Amino acid sequence: MTEPVTIDAPVGVPLPTARSARLVNGAGRFVADARPAGGLEVAFVRSAHASARILSIDAAAARAMPGVAAVLTAADLAPILKSFRGTHGAFPDLVAPRQTALAADIVRWSGEPVALVLAASRAVAEDAAELVEIDYDPLPAVADPRAAVAEGAPAIHPEAPDNVALTLIHEKGDVDAAFAQAAHVAELAFSFGRVTGVPLETRGIVATYEAGERRLTVSMSHQCPHQMNVEFAGLLGLDVEKVRVSCLDVGGGFGVKQQLYGDELAVCAAAMLTGRPVRFIADRLESMVSDIHAREHVVTGRIAVDGEGRILAFDIDDLFAIGAYSQYPRSSAGEIRSVIGLAGAPYRFCAMRGRARVVFQNKPPSGHYRGVGHPIGCAVTEGLVDAGAAAAGIDPLEFRRINLLTAADLPYASPNGTTFPRLTFPQCLDALEKAVDLPAVHRDVAAGRAEGRCLGLGIVAFVEQTSRGSGFYGDGGVAVSSRDSCTIRLEPTGGLRCLSSVTEQGQGSEMGVTQIVAAAVGVPLERVEVVTGDTAATAQGGGTWGSRCLAIGGEAAWHAGRKLRTEILELAGSLLQADPATLRLMDGAIHDASGARMSLADLAVTAHYRPHAFGGRHPQLVQSADYSPLDGPFRAGSGFQLSLVEVDVELGSVKLLRHVVVHEAGRIVNPLLADEQIRGAVAQGLGSALFEELTFDAEGQPLATTLADYRLPEASDLPDIEVVHAKAPPIPGSALGAAGLGEAGTVGAAAAVFNAVNDALAPYGGRVSAMPLTMGRILAGLGRVKG
Amino acid sequence: MILTEPVAPVTIETTVNGETVRAVVSPRQSLADFLRDDLGLTGTRIGCEHGVCGTCTVVFDGRTARSCLLLAVQADGATIETIEGATRSGRLASLQAAFRARSALQCGFCTAGVLLTAAEVIEEGVSDPTALRHALSGNLCRCTGYQAIVEAIAKVAAGTPHD
Repeated sequence: MTEPVTIDAPVGVPLPTARSARLVNGAGRFVADARPAGGLEVAFVRSAHASARILSIDAAAARAMPGVAAVLTAADLAPILKSFRGTHGAFPDLVAPRQTALAADIVRWSGEPVALVLAASRAVAEDAAELVEIDYDPLPAVADPRAAVAEGAPAIHPEAPDNVALTLIHEKGDVDAAFAQAAHVAELAFSFGRVTGVPLETRGIVATYEAGERRLTVSMSHQCPHQMNVEFAGLLGLDVEKVRVSCLDVGGGFGVKQQLYGDELAVCAAAMLTGRPVRFIADRLESMVSDIHAREHVVTGRIAVDGEGRILAFDIDDLFAIGAYSQYPRSSAGEIRSVIGLAGAPYRFCAMRGRARVVFQNKPPSGHYRGVGHPIGCAVTEGLVDAGAAAAGIDPLEFRRINLLTAADLPYASPNGTTFPRLTFPQCLDALEKAVDLPAVHRDVAAGRAEGRCLGLGIVAFVEQTSRGSGFYGDGGVAVSSRDSCTIRLEPTGGLRCLSSVTEQGQGSEMGVTQIVAAAVGVPLERVEVVTGDTAATAQGGGTWGSRCLAIGGEAAWHAGRKLRTEILELAGSLLQADPATLRLMDGAIHDASGARMSLADLAVTAHYRPHAFGGRHPQLVQSADYSPLDGPFRAGSGFQLSLVEVDVELGSVKLLRHVVVHEAGRIVNPLLADEQIRGAVAQGLGSALFEELTFDAEGQPLATTLADYRLPEASDLPDIEVVHAKAPPIPGSALGAAGLGEAGTVGAAAAVFNAVNDALAPYGGRVSAMPLTMGRILAGLGRVKG
Repeated sequence: MILTEPVAPVTIETTVNGETVRAVVSPRQSLADFLRDDLGLTGTRIGCEHGVCGTCTVVFDGRTARSCLLLAVQADGATIETIEGATRSGRLASLQAAFRARSALQCGFCTAGVLLTAAEVIEEGVSDPTALRHALSGNLCRCTGYQAIVEAIAKVAAGTPHD
């Protein structure tokens, strides 16, 4: 097995990204920036009902409008387009009703696409969309997850008469005995509001079809172009190798741009049917009702604690509302698996019961958003841990110290069903105590409270499962790759061109690959060009999901770089008549013990244009490597988050006074970008904790369809976010030894604020259980208004 | 309103990034669409089209404005500067360098609007981080959590003489 190696600069150096040079000039290239000649623009007709039968569609007036090329419905697309189901082989009981790109007979959420208008401009397409007359027969709608599973609720799909898509039951150890013998038991209820990722660049796609060759070329804003290449080919009956999906600059993803959307698939079909390029750029209003939503959970949990303050057991019951369909292609099973499999994750305990139900409702599909299940698992666990500490009369951090896993516990087969090979809580706790004067913080809180201020402190532990292996999707029969690849070409001037299957939405994965390749080969950073996001250029790979780009794609880049370096030194040895083992490649030059002997540029030009100079050996000048974690289902990052808040008990508002993240994830390739990933992820977690909620009325009508109604964190809402990296050796099992970290900040941020606010409210006898912690909920939690 | 009848286009004359532009525009076309689609100035991004996110910020007659809330016809007689013009003139150079160095951008979609707002805020003499955070409240960034943005602007503000 490969083990971590010493890697020189520029790995480990804080460096700004290369692509920021164009982005700061406004010269980024996003999908909405280009219009293909002769192309058509799309506007969708979306359902105004959350639940209704389509009786008829009359598009005659729309078709007659000047500038309108076509109006397409499900019936028009059916001959060339397959339907799809978000199944998962590991969960054969998952009810995954068949979905079509456009609703065929029944609409199941307000905003579901029903017809597609193609016109010379988006404005004309929108005008024409208004003229499409759809006769609906409204059906009863179910919006609230509790209502969806109540006796007698209308069934959203005939396949799931009780609206339950999947029930996951997990039990390990003697849970009943643990609770019976516990000295302390605490029980809490939680509910989490529905949120969504809101990348500031909306989804967008341009599809061009060449009928003679049956060739589909797609430019889109997406995290996983190879996945989409395979899906579009399969659903449209095309050859994978004749489909090309490329992503230009992508204006944020966060999981929103990880799925297949019916509207985007319909755009590809429309390009095939019309023979003209078709372009769809979602507007914000339709994004809010069609982008993947996330995190609508209703949870109850119990914790059992013995007389010494040791956690005995957790008992969790989770209701996860997924809207109208199981998301495709990844399915809606992953979220609850994370909630159950991460319950109690940082701690030593002996028994666990978990029940999770995935329920349908008449809302947009809900699935993956940064952290996938982790923020729920963390908030529930840490809420219960604080409650358990309070029941036992032990300081919350002291209680955690008693129960946190240490090196002696590892590998730890947790009663939650997950085995953790490596966690680093002792190092993280040490780093937390070094970075933050906790006794001073406690004194300040006490002093503030004595002055009548409503202050609260929350400290939570978190685990992030990153860099997934192929066990979950691969064994589940889901075509999602856990691999990533890198091909490096030596250009005739000594520069390197790398084709990497990692993708970039701003997180810096491309820069990380650049640094790794520069270090692996031995060339200056500025001589490494990395190409990402194009399925015709890069080999198959998973792209961005589950905090994986650098840990997996970076490992591939390292090995490709070392292979190319080996070849370069062998070629140099041939020219210099030296043993390659005596040569080194540094800073773009080949050195022996006496110093630089030849520039890489000189070697490259010889190899490209005078290959006969190498004694019969054929210079390849290109090397590839591919990597997937074969040694386990994930690599874990560990950490703490601390939140200090002040609640205005008259207004119910929360002021974030301080937020600290302590994190450990193996080798850090670029500390600058790593810190900013963590800060950005924390900001999203704080948004879900305090502001963001996709509200709906009881009939499933969305109430938050603008950014005025769906409140993203503004600069003035957030504090500085202090980031501390705990020190630990690189993670065994790979040369790079990195875990991912893109979601770590989101995992624990809301939990920390939730605990801090409840700590603040406790002296007032108040408690909140529903996120986001809006002013109304806090006043209700204080008993000042009715909840 | 559904426009089933064509509405007569309007001829406008406007100065964009120092160049006089005469154009025929639809009365309902937004300034953002005009800049992007008709003039090819795609550095002005469209994030919400309802005036909340600030990605479409341009300088309109000397003040930052949301080009998604203005109509192209309102640009008649106006002077407009977009990120392209502000980059070319060099007036954002120190901010752009500071944003890069501090990694105050990730996806880069909000960046043009943030930079133009930041330049105006610095001109107004704002440099305190808390005041900067309030001054930036009309520009959403979903990637960074704002701290790096605030620090980059504060650094430039600190080095900018102000009377």
